Amino acid sequence: MDAFLPLAIAGIALGCVYALVALGFALIYQATTVVNFAHGELMMLGGFVGLALVSSGWPWWLALAGAALACALFGLLAERVILRPLTGQVHIPIVMTTLGLGFMLKGGITMLPGAGAETHAMPTPFAGQVATVAGVPVAADHLLVIAVTALVGGLLFAFFSFATPGKTLRATAQNPLGARLVGIAPGRMHGLAWALGAGLAALAGVLLAPITFVHAQMGLIGIKALPAAVIGGFGSIGGAVAGGLLLGLVESFAGFYAPDGIKDVAAWLLVLAVLLWRPAGLFGQQQENT
Amino acid sequence: MRRFIPLLLVLATAPFILPTWGIAQLGFVATYIVAGTGLMLLAGYAGQLSLCHAAFIGVGAYTEAILNTQGWPFVLSMPAAGLFAAGVGLLAAWPARRLSGIAFAIATLSFGFIVQEVLTRWEALTGGNAGLSIPALDPATLFWLAGSLALTALWLLGRVLDSSSGRAWVALREDSTAAAVLGASSPAMKVQALLLAAALGGIAGALYAHQLRFVSPEQFDWVMSIELLMMLVIGGLGTRTGIVLGALFLIALPQAIGLLRDAWPAALPPAGLELFAFGLVLVLSLRFAPAGLAGWLRSL
Repeated sequence: MDAFLPLAIAGIALGCVYALVALGFALIYQATTVVNFAHGELMMLGGFVGLALVSSGWPWWLALAGAALACALFGLLAERVILRPLTGQVHIPIVMTTLGLGFMLKGGITMLPGAGAETHAMPTPFAGQVATVAGVPVAADHLLVIAVTALVGGLLFAFFSFATPGKTLRATAQNPLGARLVGIAPGRMHGLAWALGAGLAALAGVLLAPITFVHAQMGLIGIKALPAAVIGGFGSIGGAVAGGLLLGLVESFAGFYAPDGIKDVAAWLLVLAVLLWRPAGLFGQQQENT
Repeated sequence: MRRFIPLLLVLATAPFILPTWGIAQLGFVATYIVAGTGLMLLAGYAGQLSLCHAAFIGVGAYTEAILNTQGWPFVLSMPAAGLFAAGVGLLAAWPARRLSGIAFAIATLSFGFIVQEVLTRWEALTGGNAGLSIPALDPATLFWLAGSLALTALWLLGRVLDSSSGRAWVALREDSTAAAVLGASSPAMKVQALLLAAALGGIAGALYAHQLRFVSPEQFDWVMSIELLMMLVIGGLGTRTGIVLGALFLIALPQAIGLLRDAWPAALPPAGLELFAFGLVLVLSLRFAPAGLAGWLRSL
């Protein structure tokens, strides 16, 4: 039992990162009905932007915000230039376009001279420090991830509950035609969703840095947040957070208690099990037809 | 049938005209046609975004490698590879048959990751990360084998599409509710399509194993599944011509990128170039030729 609490906290920290990425997936999917397969690469881009800012002397907090802002702008641009022209097409070409965007990001970052092909450590404010929670030593970096995620989650909740753009975005997700009838421009909402989603992915990328370092293959971890979004019922915001946390905990415990190799596929096994049992996810609305 | 004549001519004459390297490349085109035919059925006609086709190819390749090393002749081991891959396809269909749209894509994506992990971890059978080698076949024989299988697969797809199952698949793509009302049960249609796609993937995998003469788990990752989808999308979803054009394109693209790499500035690391170019080509082709090369040719 000694290992239980540290594993749980490490799992929650990882789960928070998954949750942030899954939130972005869910946001973009809700607003645009597009599943963004480039989301993992957006997270990776955020990690690299954060790294660049920290190495050029920015304090970590500012670098975190800067990376989120830069990626939000990138998301806005990507939606406008790459995805908007495809509006109205069937889903396979659109999904393939997001995959193509992901390939471009990953290839482009790998080509960065002297940085893209390497693995980088990012200095964080509490690197190497250990806090004590309920008598158990815990890496301060993990607590930082959890705190930032809680803060961002709270801000998002307030944004969707009280701010006009947040409410219009929810309206678009619930009923695109109805939203349009009351004067909400769908294109703007798609841009907003992409900007928010990409910003969240960038936060996740910077927060993940102390756990896995920054490298061009980071996107694969972001792809694992896709199961988190599905487990939570694609498109429900609270579900995405719950799915992310569940996934982080399962991976953390599987790495310790289960045989080798199970940890790497735990996310995929979990999502298949959930899809078998409840095809619309744990928190999604079950549809009548199959 | 008339459209097959140029392909038959290529098949009959290529080994006498082309150098060994060219035959090998054309052989890869044929292998990708076999694999692409299966995926086209599933993604292009039945409209299901399958992200685990590489897993079926991998299972076929490993089956072939293992049986061939044990002395099975390829006339027996290749059908076995197809059958075994179809069995694995049945396993994939278990969760996927009730899902559609993005849930289907995620279920198949997950399945692909799990198969790849099994190939890596089942070291006693697969050799783990070290991979397996497989005995060589004569290049001309291998080419004729791959080419005739590719033509058979294309012909078979045409036959299947003309049948009631084929129409049911297209109905499933266009409107699954209407298809179900008309008696085409969508879970059953999905299982059938996945089985056929997996079997063709397995046979393509067996060819692929002979062509590479070495198999290892990381070859059959999700990027390969996406490359295959990319090939179909660039060739033209929902057309048979698109499979052939897409396969030619997929084999030619790395060669073209290789030429570009010679002229590449030394300051930029070339490692990500291929991936970047793949992504760029994919984005641009979907933007400017959404019906693929086949659709673009028809519009000329």
